[in-house]
Amino acid sequence: TNWKKGLLKTSSELFTLTYGALVTQLCKDYENDEDVNKQLDKMGYNIGVRLIEDFLARSNVGRCHDFRETADVIAKVAFKMYLGITPSITNWSPAGDEFSLILENNPLVDFVELPDNHSSLIYSNLLCGVLRGALEMVQMAVEAKFVQDTLKGDGVTEIRMRFIRRIEDNLPAGEE
Amino acid sequence: MADAVLFEFLHTEMVAELWAHDPDPGPGGQNMNLSVLESMGFRVGQALGERLAREMLAFREELDVLKFLCKDLWLAAFQKQMDSLRTNHQGTYVLQDNSFPLLLPMAAGLQYLEEVPKFLAFTCGLLRGALCTLGIESMVTASVAALPGCKFQVVIENS
Repeated sequence: TNWKKGLLKTSSELFTLTYGALVTQLCKDYENDEDVNKQLDKMGYNIGVRLIEDFLARSNVGRCHDFRETADVIAKVAFKMYLGITPSITNWSPAGDEFSLILENNPLVDFVELPDNHSSLIYSNLLCGVLRGALEMVQMAVEAKFVQDTLKGDGVTEIRMRFIRRIEDNLPAGEE
Repeated sequence: MADAVLFEFLHTEMVAELWAHDPDPGPGGQNMNLSVLESMGFRVGQALGERLAREMLAFREELDVLKFLCKDLWLAAFQKQMDSLRTNHQGTYVLQDNSFPLLLPMAAGLQYLEEVPKFLAFTCGLLRGALCTLGIESMVTASVAALPGCKFQVVIENS
């Protein structure tokens, strides 16, 4: 029914609105946008390191053997599960260590208009922290950053993902 | 459609980062520390109240508004309804949730009781904000006897 749909939509709006309230608060707390971006990334990282456990428990996804498989899981399973969207994967680097996620409709930016005096603010930067934190827990050091954003007038929103290195399991000294 | 766990994790991070943070500390001391979280909840509640109530019939009485919070708002925010609603018919309401979702993963019983106020400030604001949108000025406080149960007390300010 419409009423039920309305409720479902609202429970998703709770997250979007709460995120908006957080960004607004951080913009009050910090003098410049770069600090807000950093704080959002840090909070995202903390969420990501916890979210990966929820994800692995619910999705039955095993270990990825390469970065292409990782990209597929992120776009088709994880984004779908948590935000209800499926970004497309494009712009692979020849070495296969970089790709882009293109977000057609980013649910974080519903109801958002960036004021002119926040041109350096990366509104959805929490997402980059979440991606980095979650992947670090499965031994992948990556860099995630927004390179296009519809909030800033770009045609699409694009997150660039770069594989840095595989994190080796730390064995305690003397146990090789 | 954002998954419910996203809100839970985001809320936890907000509590961790912002609970002790207050740019305008008032004479209240300790209690005032939660005002940032409360006011964020208030803004979110205002917007949610607007979006949810738009499709509802006009509320006839104060009690109808409180019932709306217990049923519709709670369902939208926490995927469940409030367990009970009591009132003294003089503008004080007690909304009880026997297993409040934001406390549920923390403990069953008294462990972490002293941490609890931080995890309730946002939701108190949420209720106050939704009431404000619906034309009711109020004070909302929360108390916990044992986790994960929680009582929200709404005191309507007489005009």
